[in-house]
Amino acid sequence: MIQWIGTTFDLPQPVVVATLSLWAVLIVATGVVLALASRGTGDHRELIDRTSSWWWMIGAFTLAIAANQTVAIVFLAIISYLALKEYLSLIPTRRIDRGILLFAYLAVPVQYYWAAIDWYNMFLVFVPVWMFLLFPALMALRGETQNFLRAVGTLSWGLMLTVFCLSHSAMLLVSAEVHNPVAGGVGLLFFVVVLAQFNDVAQYFWGKLLGRSKVTPNVSPKKTWEGLLGGVLTTVTLAALIGPYLTPMDHLWSALAGTVIGVSGFLGDINISAVKRDLGVKDAGGLITGHGGILDRVDSLTYAAPAFFHFFRYFFTP
Amino acid sequence: MTLLLRFLFFGILVRGVILFGLGLTVRHRELLPGNGPAIIAANHNSHLDTLALMSLMPLSLLPKLRPVAAADYFLSGRVRGWFARNIIGILPLERSGARKGSDALAALGEALDRGEILILFPEGSRGEPEALGRFKAGVGQLAALRPDVPVIPVYLHGFGKALPRGSSLLVPFNCTVSVGEALRGQDFEGGHTRRAFMAAYEARMTALAEAETVPAWD
Repeated sequence: MIQWIGTTFDLPQPVVVATLSLWAVLIVATGVVLALASRGTGDHRELIDRTSSWWWMIGAFTLAIAANQTVAIVFLAIISYLALKEYLSLIPTRRIDRGILLFAYLAVPVQYYWAAIDWYNMFLVFVPVWMFLLFPALMALRGETQNFLRAVGTLSWGLMLTVFCLSHSAMLLVSAEVHNPVAGGVGLLFFVVVLAQFNDVAQYFWGKLLGRSKVTPNVSPKKTWEGLLGGVLTTVTLAALIGPYLTPMDHLWSALAGTVIGVSGFLGDINISAVKRDLGVKDAGGLITGHGGILDRVDSLTYAAPAFFHFFRYFFTP
Repeated sequence: MTLLLRFLFFGILVRGVILFGLGLTVRHRELLPGNGPAIIAANHNSHLDTLALMSLMPLSLLPKLRPVAAADYFLSGRVRGWFARNIIGILPLERSGARKGSDALAALGEALDRGEILILFPEGSRGEPEALGRFKAGVGQLAALRPDVPVIPVYLHGFGKALPRGSSLLVPFNCTVSVGEALRGQDFEGGHTRRAFMAAYEARMTALAEAETVPAWD
């Protein structure tokens, strides 16, 4: 069965097992949520909304990795596009920059194209060097200096976070068999995406269960030390268990990678929380029922993807 | 044939552009009318306003949706006129000249009697981008003429950034559609229906606008 799925969809067998396990966890979690809801104590609306959104998100992710590498990269690029759009809609912008903002969206397909053709050097410099230099120059040529620094700064920062940082997930995917003979690029992608998302859920869960002392009362009052530590420890445990099957890392290295993902995921989360606080909004958007916008969902990945990518590349690239 | 084109246009192209290209945050979608007759009265900043409101309604209601639009603008030129009439399905309104006023209102009243859902913009034109203009009292008159028909106030934000007046460059921005509780002419009877209705409509629109956190657009 697993072998058949693996050959049909051209997926490494460990990824097939991992994906099936993910669905098993989702089904069990849905059962628990429904059982809780049917007991009828308290308001479970948010929990039910969140769970049904997970079905959509895990469904889309499964389809993307099962189809082929190109589809998976387009899927990741669409996430970047949606995140950039959400960001640009939240921040103050200038009328005169409309055309330039349209141009900025083009950075998404170009950046993912560098990943798709595995041109690592261009992938690394395209946003932080070329886009960083291009947009201020375009804005200066337009001649409007009022709020110039704000416009330049917010655009560059947004491109770095939503395009450059998130695109590391695509680069993991294509870094492929050379770096990961165990389960290919898709194994690495699965490892970081699932662990970063799992870490969010684990931190939320431990926070609800034991949460007392706040980590960042001004930025995100719901984040507690108990949630953070419990979440990271849970993530580390899961990472140590699945790492050897999906990556060339042994249990110990996988646990270390789990720490990197857990901690960086938390930092990515409070980073977006601080932005939302500053702008005076609760959710970055309304795309994902129960979760908020796409930025609320991929906030941890904006940090975890590049952090894990460079951790892995540093220690495990021959 | 044109009906098929209309369904394809709204079912695929418009929904694709509006829901994926732009992305909508809809507040209180359940307050949108489930059937006609009804009047959706929104603020107006962009040609996208009409398309967005139409894409929020189920496709089965498409034949009933009638955006009320200025005849002098939308029926000028053969291609634009054909498109406005057959694909968008506008109900042309004379903004000036002999047929202005009561005649025009009568046409809107007849459409309501046929069970249609009117989409209209009491500001009259798209105006300054992303700023609430003054509301014209036509919708109040219509509410007085058909006191049992619900008028749903809808506050739109973001469409004037995505495609403002005077530009043909569509820039993706998330947009917000905020639906308010329906108002009915019959709730304001006793002399000054039109004025009382307009005051209530304006208050409801202002409240919807103030509930949104709107980033600077300068």
